[in-house]
Amino acid sequence: MKRLSGDDPGMERVAIVGASMTRFGERDAWVRDLLAEAGDECLRDADVPPTKLDHLYVSNMASGEFEGQTGVPNALAHDLGAMPAYTARIDQTSSSGGAGVYAAWQSIASGASDLTMLVGGEKMTHRTTAEATDVIASLTHPVEYKHGVTLPSFAGMTARRYLHEYDAPRESLAKVAVKNHKNGLDNPHAQFRKAVDLETVMDSPIVADPLRLYDFCPITDGSAALLFCPEAVAEEYTDDYVVISGIGGATDTHVVHERDDPTTMGGVVDSSDIAYDMAGLGPDDVDVAELHDMFTILEFLQSEDLGFFEKGAGWKAVEEGVTDRDGDLPINTSGGLKSKGHPLGASGVAQVYEIFRQLTGTAGDRQVDCDVGLACNVGGFGNCVTTTIMEAGQ
Amino acid sequence: MSDSFDAHRCENGHLSYPGHTRCPDCGEPQTEAVDLRDRTATVITWTTSTATPPGVRQPNTLGIVEFDVDGESVRALGQFTTDDVEIGDRVTPVYTSELRDPSAGIREPDSQEWDGYRFEPVE
Repeated sequence: MKRLSGDDPGMERVAIVGASMTRFGERDAWVRDLLAEAGDECLRDADVPPTKLDHLYVSNMASGEFEGQTGVPNALAHDLGAMPAYTARIDQTSSSGGAGVYAAWQSIASGASDLTMLVGGEKMTHRTTAEATDVIASLTHPVEYKHGVTLPSFAGMTARRYLHEYDAPRESLAKVAVKNHKNGLDNPHAQFRKAVDLETVMDSPIVADPLRLYDFCPITDGSAALLFCPEAVAEEYTDDYVVISGIGGATDTHVVHERDDPTTMGGVVDSSDIAYDMAGLGPDDVDVAELHDMFTILEFLQSEDLGFFEKGAGWKAVEEGVTDRDGDLPINTSGGLKSKGHPLGASGVAQVYEIFRQLTGTAGDRQVDCDVGLACNVGGFGNCVTTTIMEAGQ
Repeated sequence: MSDSFDAHRCENGHLSYPGHTRCPDCGEPQTEAVDLRDRTATVITWTTSTATPPGVRQPNTLGIVEFDVDGESVRALGQFTTDDVEIGDRVTPVYTSELRDPSAGIREPDSQEWDGYRFEPVE
């Protein structure tokens, strides 16, 4: 894998100078309206006219499959008055948002664009749970799809193996849900602003044994947006900006059962290696992180594969409160996908939105003390991953 | 429709199920098929899914099993014939002509096969 250096003189350092997100949840708006809502607010946040955008990217997994609307980036450019900005749709399933951050970063770092907006969004709740589950499961290989595999069932299989190998109690998974629901209480954009206790999680119906209803994120409508420019001109837009000091993207196998260790996400390991190298930082330098807790078990796997904790020890960190908002390494201060919701293409963008708020000191009641933040966005069942490391602007 | 259940091997001896255009381990072409039908495998993990997509049996107990082929391991994912299964159980493949209703889901029915093998515990 090619290694990038953050000091490469041929590469612009990239700043994020604006951020927005819509309320996540069950929304009447369709995907075009959701994207326009977040995009419009992001432009207002940085006080930038749409005509100034060189590039406009849309992170979206399945607007065609969900509502029969394709070509959404062009629609958004028209609705926002952003013509003649270059547009593209970034689809990397659940990690479309992280892949969009990567594309937007590339556009600025390469010098191809001086101002890029990324808008991620998905409209899902008009479908039944079974239909939405099938749309997402359609990313799987035919030899797995024909057995009726779903992303939740991959999570159930992985959780069983994890609990078996590392002697973790089933309750430790429930504590991820309890923590993230508690964090979501203070997020005005979250789908669920409701605390849950351990008993509620442990008594909820089985969805994919040993995982229960409260181990899973909901189906969600919503959108989020970010505005990128070269760091050299960031102060022309705002004093409160963040810098992408490291970013990496990687893939793992398409066929999930072909992985040597079902409890390791190779794409998380590889993408974070690249991002840490580029930033000149390591896991110990990270002060706050947004992880892709589509299922509670994924928070354990990512916190280990990012190097925060030893393999098999992620569950202990949750038990000990290390990842609580007032712990040594707060994880998912936004409430995570678990409580905030998971509108597929928006999620990776909304993760960076939260880190942007934390690093600019504008996270309100969710604010933690931090200089370095990390977002890890996972597509498929770890099939594609983008890890982004950010620091407060100087 | 075919009732084959083959792993694929490259010149360097790596095995994969299913086959790929190039070996996932080394990038060389896969040149040989290994029949898994009459072999036994070990259960690596499993789940019972109660929220299944359209056309899939509910509940659906499925898992990942590992075959040992002359010292080289290869894994497969599949449904089980029972919900009474544990990690470490030994299983053998049993043919089923239709694992889910091809017309009910989002995927184009003609784009893939729908028959295959469930795993049944052996004593």
